[in-house]
Order: sequence, then structure tokens, then C-alpha cells
Amino acid sequence: MATTPAPAPPVSAAATPLLEVRHLRVEFPTRRGTLLAIDDVSFSIAPGEILGVVGESGAGKSLTGAAIIGLLEPPGRIAGGEILLEGRRIDDLPYEQMRRLRGRRIGAIFQDPLTSLNPLYTIGRQLTETIQTHLDVDAAEARRRAIGLLQATGIPAAEQRIDQYPHQFSGGMRQRVVIALALAAEPRLIVADEPTTALDVSIQAQIIALLKRLAREHGASVMLVTHDMGVIAETCDRVAVMYAGRIVEVGPVHDVIHAPAHPYTAGLMGSIPAMDGERERLAQIEGAMPRLNAIPPGCAYHPRCPHVEPRCRAERPELMDAGATHAACWRVAAVAPAREGTA
Amino acid sequence: MSALVEVRDLARVFDVSAPWLNRLVERKPRQFVHAVDGVSFAIERGRTLALVGESGCGKSTVARLLVGLHAPSRGEVHFDGQRIDSMAAGAALRALRRRMQMIFQDPYASLNPRWRVLDIVAEPLREHGLVQGAAAQAARVGELLRSVGLAEADAQKFPHQFSGGQRQRISIARALATEPEFLVCDEPTSALDVSVQAQVLNIMKDLQKARGLTYLFISHNLAVVRHVSDEVGVMYLGRLVEQAPKAALFSQPRHPYTRMLLDAIPDIGMSGRARTPVQGEVPNPLDPPRGCAFHPRCPHANERCSRERPALATFQGIRVACHAVEEGRIR
Repeated sequence: MATTPAPAPPVSAAATPLLEVRHLRVEFPTRRGTLLAIDDVSFSIAPGEILGVVGESGAGKSLTGAAIIGLLEPPGRIAGGEILLEGRRIDDLPYEQMRRLRGRRIGAIFQDPLTSLNPLYTIGRQLTETIQTHLDVDAAEARRRAIGLLQATGIPAAEQRIDQYPHQFSGGMRQRVVIALALAAEPRLIVADEPTTALDVSIQAQIIALLKRLAREHGASVMLVTHDMGVIAETCDRVAVMYAGRIVEVGPVHDVIHAPAHPYTAGLMGSIPAMDGERERLAQIEGAMPRLNAIPPGCAYHPRCPHVEPRCRAERPELMDAGATHAACWRVAAVAPAREGTA
Repeated sequence: MSALVEVRDLARVFDVSAPWLNRLVERKPRQFVHAVDGVSFAIERGRTLALVGESGCGKSTVARLLVGLHAPSRGEVHFDGQRIDSMAAGAALRALRRRMQMIFQDPYASLNPRWRVLDIVAEPLREHGLVQGAAAQAARVGELLRSVGLAEADAQKFPHQFSGGQRQRISIARALATEPEFLVCDEPTSALDVSVQAQVLNIMKDLQKARGLTYLFISHNLAVVRHVSDEVGVMYLGRLVEQAPKAALFSQPRHPYTRMLLDAIPDIGMSGRARTPVQGEVPNPLDPPRGCAFHPRCPHANERCSRERPALATFQGIRVACHAVEEGRIR
């Protein structure tokens, strides 16, 4: 368990990023044509970094996570691009190899802690099975480690509770078990898809603190998918904002929240009721995110954008250097020297 | 100003016992959940009272008791000076019911997928016999749809043709059809994305201003509550633990549970700042702790808290049920 101190959030990809996603495309063939759900998404996560991925329902954030852990629901499929873990391509691995990698190198945490656990097995059995699948240890050692993991995730009386079934745990406790499972084989990367959405606020705070502490202690990187900007603000080093299957802005969390360059990010921030200071009206973004079969040409956000220009309707912007962050917006190109860049 | 809605010592008990045969064979006792246990509050005309709390605290049950979807086990509900919980079904009750409506959480489940929006929004009009003739009905529905930012032509569409936020606006249009004075909103935006939530919250505020509506707003999201409410009640395990004007509650929370809730909210303003993690979880409502229900999680609990249940007491216009506050141990 190497406890490397957290590196300063790198703005661009460090020497060897732990995870690199290049030009990822995910599509869903349907009877009425192919829907492009993820359209040319590129990003990277440095070792020990926590990257947040935010966006509204249907933006493609969960699908990006599913593509990385190799659990896209058919008929969804990766139609282009590459996913590299520690410099090795993982998106084209055969099923069995991907299964070994999942759990060993990549841990996954999902939204609903009940459906992530098998109701018919004790949590001890599920944990020791995971540990023994991935690590070369005997049953006694696996059980010892399982108890250690449960203790590390803050489950009281872990020696007794290890022999209980999932239904004997509350929602917050189950999510702790799921986190323990994800960490069981000491993966390098944890993909957490809305890990706190099903939980009450008081429990949510505990789980976020736990996830952050364990990632630091284990030196693991985290990709945290959520729609909750508050959770992102408290947890992440960098954040990527997704809209209609593309990343529209990516950068250090503080800059994206306090000085967003993309009008969508700015609108998203303005629409969140704040706990500090009064606002009579919330900034609202008119309309709704387009459906996958009706993505507008040019910038997908242009029908809702208050700063729309003719160029936005015709030409699609790529991520560009916007000072502290990278944003896919022609207004950024107008103020900053147009420099192509991927985050 | 007079209270439009007032509830006194409202309670609702649900029987969650195992079936009779299981009780007999397995010798299980009957079991009851006190979902709402002695809640009292009043809402003045044109104001918004928000009830907040975590899952299972009884806030949705209070909403349902107010509009008559559940009958109270104890206590009284008064609307505009008349007691309505014990009123016999009939013309008088129907006339009062017309003046209160409800908006539900899930806009996918609360609209009939086989009905056109016209029929959905016109249903309360037909039910209460408020308009005569198809033309008058269509005109009224068009007017209602426009008031929530939809188009008149949307009346001919079906619910599946709308997004979540638009569906919630249809729900609001339906609730407004009878020109109610009081709207009970049970988590109206928690199924929506934030940008859409902002649209719906803005519409609700505009309508309140234009029509002088009174709201009971149920939510678990304190940031939303801060945005919409005038007065806030915090519930924990079926009881009101604190009720205060919004500004007082958020600037100076009294009850340890309120403090804990406020501390637990991730806020985008405090980027990078660590928060105090909260201890423990909500206890099982089937077997609530003795004394103050919050005492096992409370950092200020003492022997009295585990023995004696604190009553709501008023301090400087703020109602708090806490021994520590009452004794001046915390301020």
C-alpha cells in the first residue's frame, strides 16, 4: 500500500497518465439508424488524481465510465478511439482478459448499492471471493483482509458483520461494502458512477469523505461520475463537463466552478441554488438537452446558448485553450489565441 | 395575517405487522411505524413552509395527510378556519378540496401515458364541473399551459413527447386548473436535472407572486429549500425538531440535527474545504431510540436526552425540541 502524497492537479496529461481515453466514440445501432452517444471524447487521469465527470442525464457521462470498465450494455459498442490503462490498450481486450483486469486494475462502484451485491451470499463470501480471484492468498488471509477492508470503510463490529447478508445492512453501510469490494484487489483506478446519489445527505458526506481518504491512502486514481456539482467541488482535482456526448469543458475544479469558460458550464453553475447568498431567481438554461437522434449541427449547445454566433451553427468547436481550463466554444477562440489542445 | 393551513398534533401510524398466520406461528408481535408523531405548524396565506429531512422522516406522509390521501390517526387539519380531517364527504368537502392541490415527485408516474395533455389538465375541471363545453375547456387548458411556459398546441400531445421538466410543468398546470390557493409540493424537482430544476423553481416562484399561492414544499435538498421557502421545518423520525424563519435557520441553526444537516451539504462555494463528517445513520423507525430520537447521533446528548423526549419550545420566534438548547448547554 504505497501512500504517495497527492500530486498537484496537473492541467494537462503528465508523463504517463494512468488512464488515457483518446477520441472515444460509443454508438448504439437501432432500427432507425445508429445513435452516436459518445462523440470523440478524449481525457486522461494522472496517478492519484480524482477526475470528476459532470453533466445532466443523457450527457454520456455514465456511458464513458461503462466503456472504460468494459461493461457497455449491448447493443452499445465502442465504435472508435482507444482506452489506455498504464499505457496499454484495454478497449480491445478479449472478454476473459477484461474480466481479470476489472477488479484487479480497475474497481467499479455503482449508484445502487443493493443491486451491486448478491443478496444470497454473505458479504464476507463476496469479499473473499473477489480477493482470492485476483490475489494469490489463502482463505484465512483473504478473510483477514476482508475484515480489514470493512474496518477501513468504517463498518463497526466488522468481525461479526462479515458473516451477514446484504439485506442486514442499511443503504449507507451497503455502499461502504461496495467500496470495500471495489478496493479489494487494490486497483489502480476506481470508476465510481453516482456513488452517493441513492443516499441521504448525511450519509452522502460520510461516503464522499471515505472515498477520498481511501483513494489517497491506496494511491488510486478515481473517475467520479456524478450530476452533483457540490460533490465534485469537494472531492475532485479536475472536472470534465459533458454535454450531448462530448466534453465541453475540462480543467482544475476551482477554475471550472468559479471561472467557467463555456456558456453551458456557466449556466449549469448559475442554476444551482446556492447555500451562500440570496438569489431571487435562478439562472435558467432555456430548453433541454437534445435527444441523440436530433443533435444540432455545429456546437450542440447553440440552440440554448445566449451567446450564439453564426459560426456556432455551422462549425463544431473542439476543446481549446481557455486560460485555466479547456473549453469547446468559439467565444474562447475569439479571445484566446486559437490553439488546438486536448486535456 | 391569518393562517390558511394549520395542523395540530398530527399523527399517523402505519400497521406493518406480519400477516396474521405468521404472527400466530412465529409468535411475532404486531408492529407499528409512527410515521408522523405529533406535528403542529401553521402556514400563513401567500407564504411557503418547507419541510426537510432525510428519507423516512415522515415529510411526505405529512403532505399526504394534508390533502387527504391518508387519514390522520390523531390530530387536526384546519384549512381556512374549517376543520377538514373529520369532515364528511360531500359538497362542502369537495368545495374545500378544490382549493388545495398536490404536485408529485415523479413526473413520469403522475401523468397518464394514454391521455393527451388536454385531458390530463382538464380532468380537475371536469371533475369539479368548472367549465362547460369543449371549446371553453380547450381555451382554459391553453391558458393554463401558457402560464407554465408551454404552448397551447402542446395540449394535443401525449406525455411521452415531453421531457421531465416539461412533464413537471404539465403537473403544475393540472394542479392550477381548479385555481387552488394552497399547493402541496412533494419533492417536485428532485427527479429533474439542475438546469431544468431551475426552470421549474422559477415558475413556481412566479406563480406564487402572481396568484398569491400558499405552498407546503417538501424536499430533502436544503439548497432548494433555501431558495423557495419563507419558513423551514426540520423533521426527524416523524417529529418536527426545529421550525424557524429561513434566514434564522440557515444563519443560526439551533437543533444539533439541523446543524448536522447543514454541515453535510456539499456546497460548490467551498471548493476544496473539508467538511465535518457526520456520524451515524437514521435509526430504524420500527424501533426508534427512547428519549430524544436523535440522541444516539448527537454530540451534545446527556443522560436526560436518552430518557426524556424534548417538546417543541419557542425561543425568540424559533421552535426547537432540544434539551441542550433549552438548558443553554449549546447556543
